[in-house]
Amino acid sequence: MNAIEFVHEQLSGKKDFPKFKAGDNVTVNYKIIEGNKERIQSFKGDVIKKQGTGHTASFTVRKISDSIGVERVFPFYSPNIQSVVLNKAGNIRRAKLFYQRKRSGKSARIREKRMVVSAVAQ
Amino acid sequence: MKGIIGKKLGMTSIFDPTGKQTACTIIEAGPCVVTQVKTKDSDGYNALSLSFGDKKEKHSANSEINHFAKAQTSPKKFTKEFRDYSIDKNIGETITVDIFAEGDKVEVVGTTKGKGFQGVVKRHGFHGVGQQSHGQHDRQRAPGSLGNSSDAARVMKGMKMGGRMGSDRVKLKGLKVVKIFADKNYILISGSVPGHIGSIVLIQK
Repeated sequence: MNAIEFVHEQLSGKKDFPKFKAGDNVTVNYKIIEGNKERIQSFKGDVIKKQGTGHTASFTVRKISDSIGVERVFPFYSPNIQSVVLNKAGNIRRAKLFYQRKRSGKSARIREKRMVVSAVAQ
Repeated sequence: MKGIIGKKLGMTSIFDPTGKQTACTIIEAGPCVVTQVKTKDSDGYNALSLSFGDKKEKHSANSEINHFAKAQTSPKKFTKEFRDYSIDKNIGETITVDIFAEGDKVEVVGTTKGKGFQGVVKRHGFHGVGQQSHGQHDRQRAPGSLGNSSDAARVMKGMKMGGRMGSDRVKLKGLKVVKIFADKNYILISGSVPGHIGSIVLIQK
């Protein structure tokens, strides 16, 4: 094992996030420290990018807030991320959805992925 | 002073409990063998000679093999002298990363990456002469005038010009020890450190 992998393994604690990828709609619950008070802020939007490996990996969430596009980068292993909730799985063809930045309104929608539910499982 | 010889392995980043992310360099530091103890009586100054990195005997001269045999170790690749070492060590003893603690301020000495022949803009921070428009071309990275006219009639010594850049010995001060993995001899130091991956650095305090 190389040194960087070893250090990453030692540093990163377990994260029980749901598996998500670009195109999915997620809510990130993020800890914010104001003075000596703490509160949880949630950020809901589409994941447009997942980047990096190991301890330094991060993902970018984009949402439209008051008709203005807002993007926020979250490191996967930040101690300030409390939880990530997967709302909707998106049906997309690319790993990075930067084309979303030029779109607005109807054309910026992402189709939802339809899951096949087997009869046996029920 | 105390110090150790290490090898730069790469970079990563680390979070503190408040979530602040710090870039840091992973260095494999030591273990180093004390191969010579210099004293004021015998050599005129106090110093410890540390050696790091194994080398095969067939690649070593007899003089090297015998020198390291005095410390009862195999021949080593790198040997550096540290003046006025603050820890008392005898010949043949080893020095590990344990001499540092997390949170220590340290100095790191290394050799920067070679940049080759570079112009004055990159090498000395000149701003170039010309503009892109107004009928000019070819002057954007030019050094400009080298000096005076007939009085002097020569270029002054030390005039900054293009030339070989990089491969310099550089000491960075005030770097912080972020984390230590003693069983692997890894030490994480805040920020970047001179040199390419695999290059030899000295960590001093």
